[in-house]
Order: sequence, then C-alpha cells, then structure tokens
Amino acid sequence: MASLPGWRTLPPGAVILEPGSSVRYKTADWRTLRPVIDQEKCVRCRICWTYCPEPAILELEKPYTAKSGRTYRVTYEIDYDYCKGCGICAEECPVKAITMVEEVR
Amino acid sequence: MSSFTIASIPREELLAPGHRMCQGCGAAIVMRHLLKALGKDVIIAHATGCVEVTTSLYPETAWRVPWIHVAFENAAAVASGIEAAVKAMKRKGLLSKEKRVKAVAIGGDGGTYDIGLQALSGMLERGHDVLYVLYDNEAYMNTGIQRSGGTPLYAWTTTTPVGKLWRGEWRRKKDIIGIVRAHGVSYAAAVNFAYITDFYAKVKKAAEIEGPAFIHAYSPCVPGWRHEPHLTVKIAKLAVQTGTWVNYEIERGTFRVTTPVPKRLPVEEYLRLQGRFAHLTKEEVDTVQRMVDEDVEYINRLAGTVVIGPVERKS
Ligand SMILES: Cc1ncc(C[n+]2csc(CCOP(=O)(O)OP(=O)(O)O)c2C)c(N)n1
Ligand code: SF4
Ligand code: SF4
Ligand code: SF4
Ligand SMILES: [Mg+2]
Repeated sequence: MASLPGWRTLPPGAVILEPGSSVRYKTADWRTLRPVIDQEKCVRCRICWTYCPEPAILELEKPYTAKSGRTYRVTYEIDYDYCKGCGICAEECPVKAITMVEEVR
Repeated sequence: MSSFTIASIPREELLAPGHRMCQGCGAAIVMRHLLKALGKDVIIAHATGCVEVTTSLYPETAWRVPWIHVAFENAAAVASGIEAAVKAMKRKGLLSKEKRVKAVAIGGDGGTYDIGLQALSGMLERGHDVLYVLYDNEAYMNTGIQRSGGTPLYAWTTTTPVGKLWRGEWRRKKDIIGIVRAHGVSYAAAVNFAYITDFYAKVKKAAEIEGPAFIHAYSPCVPGWRHEPHLTVKIAKLAVQTGTWVNYEIERGTFRVTTPVPKRLPVEEYLRLQGRFAHLTKEEVDTVQRMVDEDVEYINRLAGTVVIGPVERKS
C-alpha cells in the first residue's frame, strides 16, 4: 500500500500549502469514451478548450500545417490523464473535428 | 468591453485538473472561468457544497489561489472578515496600500438562497468590498439532490418526488437578484457560460467595483438535472434562448439585459433534455411556459422595452 502522510508531518489546521496539488490524482479511469481530435479538420476556434470542465484540453504553442497549406500557431491536444470523457468538446466543436470513440484499456 | 473575445481568455489555469466534479459538471466550467476572469489577487471563502468538497480532498487542493473552506452558512461572513483583515494589514503597513486584493465568497444555491442568506444580507448591508458568487445548480446536489429556494417549478428532487400526489417542486424559484438588489448594491448580474464573453465582462466589472457585488451564475448539474453529460453547454444555451434564464445586470440601479433574445424558443425544448422534468404532462409544460412568459414580461418592464421577444414555434 502507498504510504500516506502521517498526522505528525501534516501542517496544523488542515492547511494545504501546495496550490493545484490535485494534479496528482489522475481522473483518466472515469472515462468510457475517448475524444479524438482530427488536427486536419480543427480550425483552432478554442471552443472545446473553453468548455472542458477539467480542464483536460491543452492549448500548445505547437505550429501545425494542414494538407490545405493552412498554418496554425497553436495545437489543441487532449490531456488523457484528466479527461473524464464527458463529450462536451465533441458536442460543441463547430466543425465536428472531435469524435468520441470507445475507450479500450 | 465588447473587445473581449474568446481569444482574450487567459491561457493560465487557476483551477487544476484532478478535481472530482462529475463528468460534464457545469459548476466546474463556472469555476474555471471565474478564476481566469478574477486573476490571482483574490482570497476566496467557499461555502460547503459540491465544488468545495470535490476540489479540496485533503491533503490536496485544485485551487491555485488562496482559498478557505468555510461552513455551509457563512461564506459571506468569512469574506467580510477577509476584507477587514486586508484593510487592517494595509493600515499596519504589512501590505502595500496600492495592492488590490479582492475578497470573494462562493456559495451554491442551498448556501445562498437558504442557509447563507442572513450572512449575505449582513455583508451587503455593511457594504463590504466583497464579490459574492452564487453558482446555481438549483438544488442541494452534494448531499443528494434536495430542493432549495432555487429549485424551479416541477423539478424532480429527492425531497420533491414525483408520484400520484406530488409533481416535483410546487413553488417557484426565488428571485435572488431581486433580494440582493433590495439592499441597494452597486452591481448585480446574472451570467451563463454559454455566453462566455458576457460572463467575463460581468465578472471583471463586479470585481473592479468597490463595495459589495453579486454574480448569479447558471450551473447545470448532470446527475441532479438528469441530463446527458455532453449536453451541459447546449442546455445552458437553451436556457437563454427559451427565456428561462436571462442575462442581465443592474449597475448602480440601472437595469440592462445583456443578451437580448428577439425570438424565444418554446420552453419545452429546454425541459425535454432534462430527466428532472421528464414526468411533465402537456398541461404542466404549458404552465411552465406561462410562468416563463410572465417572467419575461417582468424583465421587459424593467428594461423599458421588449428585449426578450415572443415565442416562435417551428412549424
Ligand atoms: C449547517 C449545515 N447543514 C448541512 C450541511 C450538509 N451539507 C453540506 S453541502 C450541502 C448542500 C449544498 O447545497 P448547495 O449549496 O446548493 O451546493 P451544491 O452541493 O448543490 O453545489 C449540505 C446540506 C452542512 N455542511 N452544514
Ligand atoms: S471529453 Fe470532456 S473532459 Fe474530455 S476533453 Fe472533452 S470536454 Fe474535456
Ligand atoms: S472546437 Fe473543434 S475546431 Fe475548435 S479548437 Fe476544438 S477541435 Fe478545433
Ligand atoms: S453533482 Fe452536479 S454540481 Fe455536483 S459535481 Fe456533480 S455535476 Fe457538478
Ligand atoms: Mg446547489
């Protein structure tokens, strides 16, 4: 069993000193459907990123050139460590660039 | 204000993933953008409820700003104390006078319409420089979907069940902004994240104004409203398009609808996506429609013009 911090090592008053430490808890196994972004179709509108409740969509400074020749400065990628598979991103994508596929583990 | 677009939303996340809010939770979307709009110089007092318990599973936290877990009824009182403490620190030279640190209280509908109402009223009455944010998922969700003063007519909850005698909630949702407004606050607004730039404009304005301000945020709940998790944003948009939810603000007494809806959709389109309304008969849907019509009429009267139009039926 993983060892948990004992009461002697915890700060008094239930103070948590590390901001955003919930990142240690991965919520990936909540997911039964997995969103997959088609980078060719994606028009970088930022809507999926805006509405992910986790957040589990990363906006990366990663240039991308589509087959059409169109170049984008950013790339949206799913953070599969935290995505819970709600499907909001796929529902809201205006160009249907995101598909929900069955999660196979 | 209108120059704020979706591209202006800051990239930095002040709410970390790993929180345990449900798949598709509307409150998670509210919190993410609330924090982005407020920025880092805030101290939050958070009433217990879904968001509070799912973001602070000891010894970890999802918050990247100073945040205090308070009781169910006293978020507004604790935030008032934070504001007083910041003032005292400035007076004693412990904090630069120029530094603006905003005290923010967050509560659910149970924590605001019901048990925290007295603390809220006191905070507004005393005129604290505090922003109070109500995320309204229309029931006590954290403890298993009990009705609150924010639960709408006919909604199924575990304490307003559906059977032969009961048809879900039989009372109308309380006008919480009306109650806040009666205290004469400088700023109160209703926000819906489906209209994200409006959401940012209002939160920023509410935080900048000196004195008490109030934000009422629409917040769909997957298990409580019994809707599909992927429909959270769609339902939020339909709430506005049907006139069930109106985006407006009251700034120093001036009332303004910020999302006009020239043609409304029938309320049935909003109700039918949610299992909490699945038991409604045709007559009951008509009753809800009449109630929304009345509410819209009231809004138009306050606006002094028809900003929310009549229902247009698709034939
Ligand atoms: C004085 C008191 N009564 C009851 C509770 C139990 N309790 C904790 S959260 C909660 C419901 C919160 O409802 P709401 O404010 O609507 O937030 P939500 O969970 O819906 O987000 C209740 C009843 C409590 N913590 N303290
Ligand atoms: S499925 Fe839901 S949790 Fe996963 S990336 Fe899309 S919006 Fe985020
Ligand atoms: S919503 Fe669709 S088009 Fe827009 S950024 Fe996301 S994947 Fe790309
Ligand atoms: S019960 Fe509702 S409000 Fe609470 S975490 Fe789940 S979806 Fe969010
Ligand atoms: Mg609630």
